[in-house]
Amino acid sequence: MTKQHRYLPTTQKDQEDMLAVIGVESINDLFSDIPMSTRATKEKAIDLPEPLSEYELTKHMKALAQQNKTAADYPFFLGAGTYDHFIPSVVNHVTLKSEFMTAYTPYQPEASQGELQALFEFQTMICELTGMDVSNSSLYDGFTSLGEACNLATAVTKKQTILLSGAIHPQAKEVVHTYAYGMEYKVEELGLKKDITDLQKLKASLTEDTAAVVVQYPNFFGSVEDLLEIKEMLKETKALLIVMANPLALAKLEAPGKLGADIVVGDMQPLGLSMSYGGPHCGYFTVKSQYMRKVPSRIVGETVDIEGKRGFVMTLQTREQHIRREKATSNMSSNQALNALASSVFMSAMGKAGVQEMAQQNIDKAHYLAQQLKESGITILNDSPFFNEFAIELSKPIAEINEALLEKGFIGGYDVSENLNKDQAMLVCATEKRTRKEMDAFVEALVEVNR
Amino acid sequence: MIEAQTKLIFEQSKPGRRAYSLPENDVESFDLSEQLPKHLTRKEAAELPEVSELQLMRHYTALANKNFGIETGFYPLGSCTMKYNPKINEDVARYEGFTAIHPLQDPATTQGALQLMYELQEDLKQVTGMDEICLQPAAGAQGEWAGLLVFKAYHQSKGEGDQRRKILVPDSAHGTNPASAAVAGYDVVEIKSSEKGTVGVEALKSALGPDTAGLMLTNPNTLGLFEVDIVEIAKIVHEAGGLLYYDGANANAILGKSTPGEMGFDVVHLNLHKSFSTPHGGGGPGSGPIGVKAALAPFLPNPRIEKQADQYSLNSNYPDSIGRVKGYFGNFGVNVRAYAYIRSMGAQGLQKVSEDAVLHANYLKARLANHYDTPFKQHCKHEFVLSGLRQKKQGVRTLDIAKRLLDYGFYAPTVYFPLIVEECIMIEPTDTEAKETLDEFADAMIAIAKEVEEQPELLHEAPTTKAVRRLDEVLAARKPKVVYQK
Repeated sequence: MTKQHRYLPTTQKDQEDMLAVIGVESINDLFSDIPMSTRATKEKAIDLPEPLSEYELTKHMKALAQQNKTAADYPFFLGAGTYDHFIPSVVNHVTLKSEFMTAYTPYQPEASQGELQALFEFQTMICELTGMDVSNSSLYDGFTSLGEACNLATAVTKKQTILLSGAIHPQAKEVVHTYAYGMEYKVEELGLKKDITDLQKLKASLTEDTAAVVVQYPNFFGSVEDLLEIKEMLKETKALLIVMANPLALAKLEAPGKLGADIVVGDMQPLGLSMSYGGPHCGYFTVKSQYMRKVPSRIVGETVDIEGKRGFVMTLQTREQHIRREKATSNMSSNQALNALASSVFMSAMGKAGVQEMAQQNIDKAHYLAQQLKESGITILNDSPFFNEFAIELSKPIAEINEALLEKGFIGGYDVSENLNKDQAMLVCATEKRTRKEMDAFVEALVEVNR
Repeated sequence: MIEAQTKLIFEQSKPGRRAYSLPENDVESFDLSEQLPKHLTRKEAAELPEVSELQLMRHYTALANKNFGIETGFYPLGSCTMKYNPKINEDVARYEGFTAIHPLQDPATTQGALQLMYELQEDLKQVTGMDEICLQPAAGAQGEWAGLLVFKAYHQSKGEGDQRRKILVPDSAHGTNPASAAVAGYDVVEIKSSEKGTVGVEALKSALGPDTAGLMLTNPNTLGLFEVDIVEIAKIVHEAGGLLYYDGANANAILGKSTPGEMGFDVVHLNLHKSFSTPHGGGGPGSGPIGVKAALAPFLPNPRIEKQADQYSLNSNYPDSIGRVKGYFGNFGVNVRAYAYIRSMGAQGLQKVSEDAVLHANYLKARLANHYDTPFKQHCKHEFVLSGLRQKKQGVRTLDIAKRLLDYGFYAPTVYFPLIVEECIMIEPTDTEAKETLDEFADAMIAIAKEVEEQPELLHEAPTTKAVRRLDEVLAARKPKVVYQK
């Protein structure tokens, strides 16, 4: 008999007592229905490292963590869809509350009002930022939200082609292709005109069969696409406008809902979620009201109890898998509720003024950095106005440059040479966390290593 | 007593209040609106809350007090494995070495993260008996979908893609199974369960054919029963040219006891937020890695995490891959917690997990068998179902029993699922509950059964001790109010 494990309360005595009530002699009797040929035996037992005590575990995990170079230690100029932003302490404190953290999906609304109200508030905040009518209570991440949006668009328009802007995140493109592989519709990519979507190509590509046009706002290269102009082009068609937007940028940019977007999706990571090596982040998903009953995953709605008191429930679930399961248009079940909560806490802490101030600082820092680079003789590749990141042209391979920058104590930008069809191009980002001093030092270092 | 109504945070808002501080801007301000076309500059600010920091904390504390988590009390939600979520895992997952790294950093700067993922893959190979693992899927449903796309790519590679269009799913399956098959582009064929509650081999045989892409199976199934014919099932599905998918939602019953690989499954997903103790977060984030047998490995999502000598790297050079199902490497932060759990348990610990989970379920079932209908007599695995049929005849529904349990201080079991059991009550006690808790729950269930006979109004009116009474779900769906309006 091994030592009693700290997570497992059942003692030898408990086991004996319970087996007696069940009416079997040994624990193995409860596993006798597993066919002998598939049973684990001593010879073919699973092989895992020996268990660690709590203290040993922290040492082991710390050793792994310390092998990673982090934004806490290096001034960070990498963005490209995931950003090094400030997160107020309250976010962590609220998400650690076990009543939120350890609960399941609120199947019993009377015992889950806290979670349900928090998600209702989340939906409201997202609709405020995007200018849309209806938001769900989160999906896995921005890219899967986009995939779900494309599925929705093909389902409601009964058209079979998605047109993707050439200026959306490369991994978003990959995810959409996978969704299309599942539901068997077509995906066409539009080219670039410098740093934005090629609108002429878009116009030429629109056909009877276009279900939706997808653009990113600001786009992958940081530039702001003209959504209104794109929407105008779609007027004569049935195609929907799907926008994947950075929610922080929406504090300063016009809400896509006001510019004609039919579906707006994106990732909440910039608003209160750590980069966490790419996940868990939190997708948001919003639509105009006519598509409300087609929205994937869970929506929280307000109602009253039998005494007339306000309360909240998961609603509009007929479109989920519970009914007509084999006809589902989405299989979403788990979402990212805890991260939606984190993001709500962030938006409540920063508030109406704070998100604007933070977004403005991103604009200020990025443009300061661009100006310094320009003055040092480095070419900025963005022709259109940009938010908090932009592409620059360099004269050495980006991997080499980043390695040299690391030696000087910086995490450099993302290699977009292929995306922009340049010999050497790097996407650099400056958030509100970057100081003038860090940026000046970065420019100096970059100029040196680019020589 | 809990305060009955918590104002929405918007209702507590007052212009000018704030709960944040940012450093003073140390560079020149830049007016983007001068560059943008007029219509692209935001005109009206988003109406986000304006509260102080204490107001904010009070608000979310009030909400937390109206929510039931695992640390609040016993959470016997069937098929959800609501076990203890270790605190230390929250601490280690918050190390900056894990949270402050970017997915597009040069892999040379994230060797610790890659090593962790690589080792987790190796561990999950052991647990599942599969040859390759991919950590990318964000949750069980996404794992199912990714796994079925792997089926699709495999059949296409054999030139049978157009022919094999049907996925067989038992009528006891989780709702996501048929839905995932549908969004993978498959037609779904439902297989009726036998009287014993398991897949009927004859029913399966008659559904199998040259159009079969595969069978999705949960084992033990949602009735908590082990599919005793699994070896035969695997054989006939494979003989028909189909593949077997293992829904790992119920893997907590078999850890270290058997593996889906041994049983003959070709693709597996695990819910790390169930069997491997990561918190459910009120609905997520979870993590749903998939494992496959070697023949299916070429089709796994890109990129793969690989090891050469002592270096860990990313490899997307798999041209037959179904592509990417999600951004980056999946829910890394969740995977950190699951890894910490496996390191804390070891192989013997995981085996004990399943033994205790199964012991607890059978114990509760034995204690309740005289008071509720038990449609299936054989020993269960980690969960079991009761039927509230006897109580229904006395005018009390399973829903009423669930609501009454809330008044007794427990969360409710899963109810009305699986669909094949009338007035179903599905109970999963997990490995981390003490016998005393199980007894308290059993005593409550027995007391409720008595109330059904003597004071049914207590059940009809329940719950009376929560923040709200029963809610009007019809109103919510008929006149949807899904955002706050002033």
